[in-house]
Order: sequence, then C-alpha cells, then structure tokens
Amino acid sequence: MTTTVEPEAPEAPEPRPRDLSVRELARWIWRQLTSMRTALLLLLLTALAAVPGSLIPQEGVDSLKTSRWQDQHPTLTPIYDRLGLFDVYSSAWFSAIYLLLMISLVGCIVPRLGVYWRALRAAPPSAPRRLDRLPAHASYTSEQSVEEVLDRARGVLRGRRYRLADGDGAVSAEKGHLREAGNLVFHLALLVVLAGFGLGSLYGYKGGAIIVVGDGFSNTLTSYDDLAPGRLFDPDVMEPFTFTVDDFSAQWLYTGPRAGMAQKFEAPLTYRTEPGAQEEHYDLRVNHPLSIGGTDIFLIGHGYAPVITVTDGDGNVAASGPRPFLPTDGRTFRSFGVVKAANASPTQIGLQGELYPTYAFDHDHGPYSTFGEALDPFISMTVWTGDLGLSNGTPQSVYALDTAQMTMLKKDDGAPFRVDLRPGESVELPDGLGKVSFDGLQPWVRVQISRQPGIHLALGGVIAALLGLLGSLFIRPRRLWVRARTGEGGTLVEVGGLDRTEGGDPADEVAAIVAALRGEPAPDRPGDPQREEPEA
Amino acid sequence: MSNAQWETISNQAVAAAGVVYFLALLAHLVQWSALRKVPVGSVARRATGAVGAAARRAIAGESPQGSAVAVLEREPADVSRRVAMFARLALLLTGLAVGLHAVALLGRGMAADPNRVPWGNMYEFTLSGTFVVALLYLVFYRRLGLSWLGPLVTGFVVTLLMVAVVWLYEPVAPLTEALNSTWLVIHVVAAIIATGAFTLGGFTSALYLLKARAGDRPAGYLARLPELPVLDRVSYRLHAFGFPVWTFAVLITGPIWAHQAWSSYWNWDPKEVWAFITWVVYAAYLHARTTAGWKGRNAAWLALLGTATLWFNFIGINYFSTTSQHSYAAPEVGTSVVVER
Repeated sequence: MTTTVEPEAPEAPEPRPRDLSVRELARWIWRQLTSMRTALLLLLLTALAAVPGSLIPQEGVDSLKTSRWQDQHPTLTPIYDRLGLFDVYSSAWFSAIYLLLMISLVGCIVPRLGVYWRALRAAPPSAPRRLDRLPAHASYTSEQSVEEVLDRARGVLRGRRYRLADGDGAVSAEKGHLREAGNLVFHLALLVVLAGFGLGSLYGYKGGAIIVVGDGFSNTLTSYDDLAPGRLFDPDVMEPFTFTVDDFSAQWLYTGPRAGMAQKFEAPLTYRTEPGAQEEHYDLRVNHPLSIGGTDIFLIGHGYAPVITVTDGDGNVAASGPRPFLPTDGRTFRSFGVVKAANASPTQIGLQGELYPTYAFDHDHGPYSTFGEALDPFISMTVWTGDLGLSNGTPQSVYALDTAQMTMLKKDDGAPFRVDLRPGESVELPDGLGKVSFDGLQPWVRVQISRQPGIHLALGGVIAALLGLLGSLFIRPRRLWVRARTGEGGTLVEVGGLDRTEGGDPADEVAAIVAALRGEPAPDRPGDPQREEPEA
Repeated sequence: MSNAQWETISNQAVAAAGVVYFLALLAHLVQWSALRKVPVGSVARRATGAVGAAARRAIAGESPQGSAVAVLEREPADVSRRVAMFARLALLLTGLAVGLHAVALLGRGMAADPNRVPWGNMYEFTLSGTFVVALLYLVFYRRLGLSWLGPLVTGFVVTLLMVAVVWLYEPVAPLTEALNSTWLVIHVVAAIIATGAFTLGGFTSALYLLKARAGDRPAGYLARLPELPVLDRVSYRLHAFGFPVWTFAVLITGPIWAHQAWSSYWNWDPKEVWAFITWVVYAAYLHARTTAGWKGRNAAWLALLGTATLWFNFIGINYFSTTSQHSYAAPEVGTSVVVER
C-alpha cells in the first residue's frame, strides 16, 4: 500500500445511493469504508484522537495527578468525564476510530490477498510488441543465433533470480513479488499486534506492593496494595510464587551536579516459584525484572519504614514493627506515615506525622530533610486518641489516619503534643496513655508485578510488521523482456525493462543484463544521482 | 585524561563545530549569491534542459567537462569557478564541522563517570540530533544529490547548536537509574537517526511546497532547486529510510525497554503518545503519496506535519507535560513513587 499505485477509483464521486436496497447500501458503505481515502482520513483521525490523552492527565497513567487535576477544575471535570477524556485510550470514541481503521485495513487487504495469490501463480506476461517504448531499453546486434541468445538470456536472468516464461522469440522475466507480500505482511501484522495488545489489556493485570526488607510476599490478590486487573482477568491464573526481600541497597551521590540522586538500587530476593519448590535467589534491580512463568516482578521504588513501638497505659505493647512511610518528596525522601494502636487501653492511639531521613530545621521551613539517605533520621508525629474507626467494617488505608472520631493530644499551652524522636529514643505520653519509642529504620521497596499475556504475540507482530515494511519499501518489482530476431547484420537483440514502483529506474538493470548477455563486465553505476530525472 | 578535561574538550568542540558550521553556511551563501549573475530564466524556462542541468551541476560543485562548456557559453568564467569553489569549500567545512561535532559527543560520553553514551538530557539529545542531521546530509549528499540542501542544513544545525548551548546546557552528570540500560543505546540511536532523516525530509517537503507555490516562474534559490518531481522523490526516499528506523525505535525497542524499566510495554505516556502520533502521520504520508488527490502537495503538507509532531515530541513535550516518564527536562531523582490507597 505504501508505494504501489492504488487501482483507485477515478476522481468522479461515487453515485449516491437513492432508493437502493439495503444490500446495495451496505455495499456502498463498505466500498466507502475500505477506500484508500477513508483509510487516510482514519489514520489522521487516529493521530488527532491520541492528542488529548497527552495533554489531560490520564487515569490509567497517573491517577494521583488526575485526581489532583479534577479537584482543581470542578467545572470541566464532569464534562471531560462524560467525554471519557480522563481515559482516552479505552474510551468508546477512541476505540471506534481504531476499530474502523482496522476494518478499513482488512477491507483493503483481503481482496489484495486474492489478487496477490493469482499474480504469484501467473506466468510473467509476454513481451510487448515494441520494447523500445519501455522506460528502459537497449538493443545490440549479436553474432550468435536467436536460440543461443535466448538460451543465454534465460541463464543470465535465472542467475539474477527472475521467474521466466518463454514467448515467441522472446523471454519474459519477472521478480520482486515479495514487495507486495511485504506490504500484505505489514498490514496483517498490525492486526496481530492489536490482538496481542488486546489480550494483554483484557486478561492481564498489573499490581503494586510495598514490602519492608525482611518481609515476604505471596502472589495472591490480598497481598497487593493496588491492583489494576484487565476486564477478563481471572485470579486463578496467578502464579503461586512467594518471595522474601532480603536486603536493599542504593548508592547515593554526595557530590557533582546530581548530588542527592541515588543509583544502583538493588534488592536481593529469595523466591520459590511455587510452594515446596527449590529456593532461588535473584538480585532485583531497575531495568532487570525477575520473570516467574508469565509474571514479571519489577523494582520501581523505595522508601523508609520507621520501627515504632507503642506501649499502652497498662504497659502492654499495643503496636510494634516497621511502618512504611510514603515519600512526599522524591528527592529528599521526606515521608508521611501513620501508626494505629487499636489494642491500646484505656483508649485507642493513633500517630501521624513525618519522617526526615536527614533532619534539618530552620525557622522559614520548619523541619525538613536535606538528603534522601537516612544519615540522621528523625520522626515528628502528632498523637490522636479516641476511635480509630476500624471496627465499623469499612476498609481503611494503612497509610492514613481517620481522625473523624479522634482528638489530638495537646500540651498544657494548647500546642499539639509532638512525638519528636531519633532512633533509640522514646517519649512518655501525657495522662498515663503510654509510651512511644522509635527503635530504628528499615528500608522498604515497592515492586510492580504484572502479567501481560500476548506480549510475545505483540512483539512478534511488530517485528513481522517491520520486516514486511522493509520489503514493501525496498524490494523493487521488475519486469524484463529479451527479444531476439534475425536482422540484417546478425541477430538483433532487444532488452526492455519496467519497474512498477514510482521513481523506480530499471536502466541500470537493463544495462547490466545487456552487459552480461554480451559477456562484458557489468558497467559501473553512473554517479549522477539526478540521472533519473526525465529531461524536459 | 580526566573527566573535567574531556568535558572541556567537548564544550570547546561544540563551540568550534558551531563556528565551522557557520563558516560553511557563509560559503553556501557566497556560492548562491554568486549564482545571481547567472540568468535564472534560463533554468526555469529552459526547453532543452542543458543550461539548467549545467547550472545545477555547477551548484553541486561537479562540473563535468561537457556541461562546464555549456555554462561557460552563458556566464563569465570566474562566476562559475567561484560557484564551484565555494560549493566545494562549504562541503569541506561541513565535513570538518561534523568531525568536530563527533568529537564533542565523544568528549561528552568520556567525561561521564562511568563512561556512557551521551544521551542523558536535552542538551545531549539536541547535540546528537543535530549531529545526525548533518551526518545524514553528508551520507546522502551524492546518492540523492542533496547539494541544494546545504544552506538549510548548516543554518538549521548552527541555530540548534546555539539553542543547545544557551538554553539547554547541563554539566555532565551520571544517568538516572532507569536510563542506565543497553536499550538506551539501541533505542535512542534509532530514534535519533530517524529524527535526522525525517528532518531532512521535512526540509525537502517545505522546499517542494515553496517551489510549487512559486508556480512556473520561481526566482532565486527556488529556481535552482531540482524540479518538483525530483524534490518529491528525494523527500520520499528520506522518509522511506526514516520510517522503518522510527518503527524500530518507537514500536520495538521502546516497548521492550519500557517493559524492563517500568513494567509495562506501552503506558500511553505523553512521549509514547506523540511518538505514536508521529508514526501514524508518517504512515499517512506514505499512503498519501500513492492516493489520488493526495499526491504531491497534500503529501508534502503531511510530511511537514510529521516533522512538527516529531520536534514537538523531541523538545516540546518535555516542558509541556510533567507526567511523562521521559521528562528529562527536570532531572528526576531516585525511583521513588508515591502510592495512594
């Protein structure tokens, strides 16, 4: 389709159907849909339709940014939402455009498959009467007989991988059928890519989980912090693997233009592909996912989990262990988190506040972090008492405190009571509520786990498309004829060539064949690139 | 040599390359202005084509014996000699500048610790993109007879180099972790090569449209451009070269790398979306060239649209969209992700 000249309908518009039967109408619509011009318009429409998704935040790409944008634009949001502009690439109108494009493509390609099949089996066409009217032609007189010349021509052309047919005193030759094959393969492969992509988004899933170093993960729905399943995703296909994050390390840069950046993130894992299987090890790194069956595990983030112990008024431990805090600043890893001590008595206790991996304080900014590495960690949290709201059955985030039914502890002067601690320190809560201690810091990693069925189909499809494309762009379909007849001074040999691609120039080929027929070395390719230009 | 020395070498080489490109541009301008004395009408309204072809060869700096005679008949000898000399000088200077440009890129890569390919930020992308535009111009110079593209290419490269040095400069810095992959080499090389070819194709299409607009009586530079069908064909060849390379970059290596780094081979990230848009527009261009009613002018407009989306994606989207994971404009630090539940 790319360069072969379309057997396009003439410029005159199709007669509009009036009083036509349903069948004729359907036929008319089909012809319109599969015309090259429609395909072109649909292509441009696809490009245009893809634009809004890059300008408006997309639910599926960055949901946090999307909800923030929606909060800032209360009037536009309902309109955009109705138009599907927050999820352009799965919206009805976007799907409609690319499905129409695919239908148009099938409509273009299927008839051409038949044409191609017939052309493939047909013999090269017989020689035109006047070879000297072809775009490239040459003639010379030979001492050899007609049969000798034609025999030699057959040998030469076969050596140049032409398909041959004999005519009356002439040899017809043809090659380059692969161009159209490439063209067909390219277009069919696009359907394969779409199928692979569709399989992935229907049956696949993508989920994330935060795992504190030392903890394990087992691949079941409940282990995920967030999960984006495809519409037809079946949890039964999830691979039954488990793994433990043994360690996490990163290399922080202290100097240079990127000071404060970290590199070489590495999280050694111990994993089993299924319960009871052999234990294996893998160093999970950015750009180096771990594949288990059809599922891939990626390292995509990291952070800190302060180990905080809450001892209640009775002296019992009400909460302990590492609590992942989520970075609110990607550079300095200033992080936010909560602790919920539901079993504390006399009242439930909640803590919420920030962690500063490298603590600093000044009067303009208050407390902040100067560096992402935990060089001087410090937590500063407020204390809440009352009902944590865990018992009413509604699911709650483990990263946020529901303070609706809680009150903040205050000091006598009315300022909030703050738990400000460095590792190893502890503080007594007022009113005999208990004690909070900050025992240390554990790193956590965020892994993304995804299963994308059809990924190899899509990859294979796009590689086939590329190969087909190369064929359709660079293979030259050619027809050549050699005719010999007895003339006055010997045998008159004529060679004519035709290149059916636009701009194709078979002159070199004709010259080379003439040279081979006469037994000369092939002529050099003339250097003037504008030689092809038809003079005046 | 130390990293700092390499960085200095790179900066000096960029400056030197800029100066030499500028000199090449000047040489082209002298060459084309000298041609003003050659009657243009003989080119535009020629019937035999002999003088036109001769003048064109004189521009190209190739004066085969026969056509040189034709030129001599019509022009003072010193004009044709000056044209040929400056054409050759401009080509020589462009070659020298491309060499210096290569040194600049090499120095950039050697200055980093550890050594790496110089494609880590916008400054380096612009440096590489312009390098490939100039290099492809030289590579296709003879094959496609691109001599008439000289003033545009040198002007474009020198302008973008200035933009890079003045607005985009960043000191050599280590790569962010997600960029640290062999796919950086493969994916970005392919993307940059395709960008270079598409850019040259865009120039050709623009010249096609300008010449087509001038109608039968083009003047000056336009008159001495190759005929419309030749411009169309050169443009097609550049795009036909660029399109498979772009397909390889955007639809094969890009998704493979995205899969490894971000866990999903196609994210509809703004940079991906625009690469896809560019791909679709160029696909439309290739189709348009074979469709009645779209040949020629409309196809050329599509090529220009493609160039616009390409460069918008290359530079614009980095500033326009902050969601892009490709956003190198502001160095992204670490791999931290804020999770909400």
